[in-house]
Amino acid sequence: MKATSILRYALLVVLSAFFLLPFYVIVRNAFSTQAHITSPRWQWLPNVHDLSNLTSLLANDSIGIGRAIVNSAATAALQTALTVVVSLMAGYALARWRHRLARVLLGLTVFTLMVPASMTFVPMFIMTAQFGWVDTYRGIVIPAAFSAFATYLFRQFFLDFPVELEDAALVDGCSPWGVFWRIVVPNSTGIIAAVGTIVLMGAWNAFLWPSLVGRDESRTLQVALSQFMTSQGVRLPELFMGTLITVVPMLIVFLFLQRYLVRGFTTSGLR
Amino acid sequence: MWQRLRGHQGRNLWFLVFVAPFFVGLTIFVYVPVVWSAYLSFFEARNTIKPTRFVGLENYSYLLHDKLFLNSLAVFVVFAAFIVPLTYVCSLALALLLDNVRWGQAFFRSVFFIPASVSYVVAAIVWRLAFFNNARFGLLNSLIRASGGESVSWLGGGNGLYWVALVSVRLWLQVGFYMILLIAGLQRIPQDTYEAAALDGATGWRKLRYITLPQLRPTSVAVIMLLLINAFQAFDEFYNMLGSIGSYPPYARPPLVHLYLISFGGGQQNLGVGGAGTMILAAIIVCFSLAQNWVLGREERRERKALR
Repeated sequence: MKATSILRYALLVVLSAFFLLPFYVIVRNAFSTQAHITSPRWQWLPNVHDLSNLTSLLANDSIGIGRAIVNSAATAALQTALTVVVSLMAGYALARWRHRLARVLLGLTVFTLMVPASMTFVPMFIMTAQFGWVDTYRGIVIPAAFSAFATYLFRQFFLDFPVELEDAALVDGCSPWGVFWRIVVPNSTGIIAAVGTIVLMGAWNAFLWPSLVGRDESRTLQVALSQFMTSQGVRLPELFMGTLITVVPMLIVFLFLQRYLVRGFTTSGLR
Repeated sequence: MWQRLRGHQGRNLWFLVFVAPFFVGLTIFVYVPVVWSAYLSFFEARNTIKPTRFVGLENYSYLLHDKLFLNSLAVFVVFAAFIVPLTYVCSLALALLLDNVRWGQAFFRSVFFIPASVSYVVAAIVWRLAFFNNARFGLLNSLIRASGGESVSWLGGGNGLYWVALVSVRLWLQVGFYMILLIAGLQRIPQDTYEAAALDGATGWRKLRYITLPQLRPTSVAVIMLLLINAFQAFDEFYNMLGSIGSYPPYARPPLVHLYLISFGGGQQNLGVGGAGTMILAAIIVCFSLAQNWVLGREERRERKALR
C-alpha cells in the first residue's frame, strides 16, 4: 500500500509539472530578451530581471495593449452583468410559471441550447453590421449576451429553490417583482457567482466574435495578441508579456471563485 | 378575457416582464438573423448582406461539391477521432488518480483544472511559438536535437505532425474541466456498491470494469457528447496556430474556420454561401444533440424498465 501511494504521488507531481509548464514558459519569455528566447539551446531561466519588456510593450503602438486591456475589461464586465441579470430573470420565470407560453419558451430555450452561439456567427454578424454596431462595445457585448446556457442553469437552480419563502412574502403584499429582488436574488448568490464566473471567463477569453466585431477602437486583448503574433517583426518578449497580462486576471478570478466554477459546471448539462 | 390573460393579481403580466428581455434579445440577435441567413442562402450576396440574385439550391450544391468544405468535415472527423477518446481517457485517469488521495487532493485538482482559465488564443501562442516552433529554438526541436535528432517542421504541413500540436493544446486546456465533471460523476456512485464488491473480493481492474464504468455511464455519455460538440466548433486554436495575416493554409481547416474564410476571408465574401454553410453545420450539430438525447433517453427508459 505504501509503495503504490508513493508511486501515485510521484505521478501526480510529474503530471503537475507538465500542466504548469506553459505558465512557466509564458513567464520565462516575458522576462527574457529576444535573443535569449530564440537561442538554439533551450534556456530554462529568464535573463531580464526588470520590467523593461513591460515598458516597451506599453510603448508599442502597433499592439496598443493599454487600450486592449480597457476594452477587454469593459466588454467582459458588461457582458457578464447583462447576461446574469437577463438570464436570472428568465430562468426564474421559466422555473415558476407553468402555463402554455412558459412551456413553449422553455422548449425554445432548450432548442437554442443545442445550437452553440459560435455556429451562428455569420447571421449574427449580418445583424450587427445592419445596426451599425461594428467596432463598438455594443456590438461585442449585446449580441453575445443572450445565453440559453445561463438561462437554463438558473432555471435548474430555481426548480429546487423553496417556494414557501416567496409565498410568505407574496401574502405580505409584495409584488412578484419585489419578491424576486428582495427574497430570491439575495438567496441565490452562490449560483449567481457560479454562472457569473463562467460567463466572465468566456467573455474575457472569447476570440471569434470579438475578432469579427472589434476591429480597431474596440479591439480586445485576445484579438490584439492574435494580430500582434502574426504581424511582421513581432517581438517575442513583448508578445509574451502581453500574454502574461492577459492570463493573470483570469488566474486570479479562477483561484478565488474556483468552488463556484466547479459547482456551476457540475450542475450544468449533466444532471 | 383581459382578466384571464392577466392572471391572478396580474401574475401572467409579471411573467412577461421577467422573460421579455431574454427572449426579445434572443429573437433580435439569434432567431431573426438565422432566419435571414437561411433566406439569404438561396441567393447570391457578394460583399453585401442583401440578396441580389435568386440561385435556388446552388449555394448548397456548391458547398457539397466544394472540396475544401468536404475536407473541413473530414478534418473534424480526424480531429474528433483523436481528441474525444484521448480527452475522455485522460480526464477519467486523472479523476481516478485523485479519487482516494488523502493529502493535497484539492491542490492537485486545481493544478489540473487551472488551464481552463486560459484562452485558446494564449495557449495557441505558447504552443506555436515556444513548444512546436518549426525553428531551432522551439522546446521540442531543442529536445530532439539535444538527443541527436534533426529539427522537425511541426506546423508547416506536408506531414501530419500539426495534429500533435493541435490535439495536445486542446487536451491541456480542457482535460481538467472534464476531470471535474467525471469526479462529480464518481461521487454519485453509492459507496456501498464498492463495499459489497470488496466483500466479493473484487479489486483494481475488476472494480473499474464491473462497477465504476457501468455506474458512470450517464456521465460518460454526456462527456463524450460535449467533447464531440466542442470539437465540431473548433476555431480559435486552429486559426491562431496555423493562420497568418489574411491567409490560412489549405490543410487542417475545420468547418468553422472554413465557414469563416468563405464568409469574411479574402476576396469573395459571399454571405449567401456563408448562410448555406451555417445551415448545413447547424443541421449537423442539431443531429448530434438529438442523438445525445436519444441515447440518454434510452438509458433512462432501460433503467426504469429494470426497476419495474
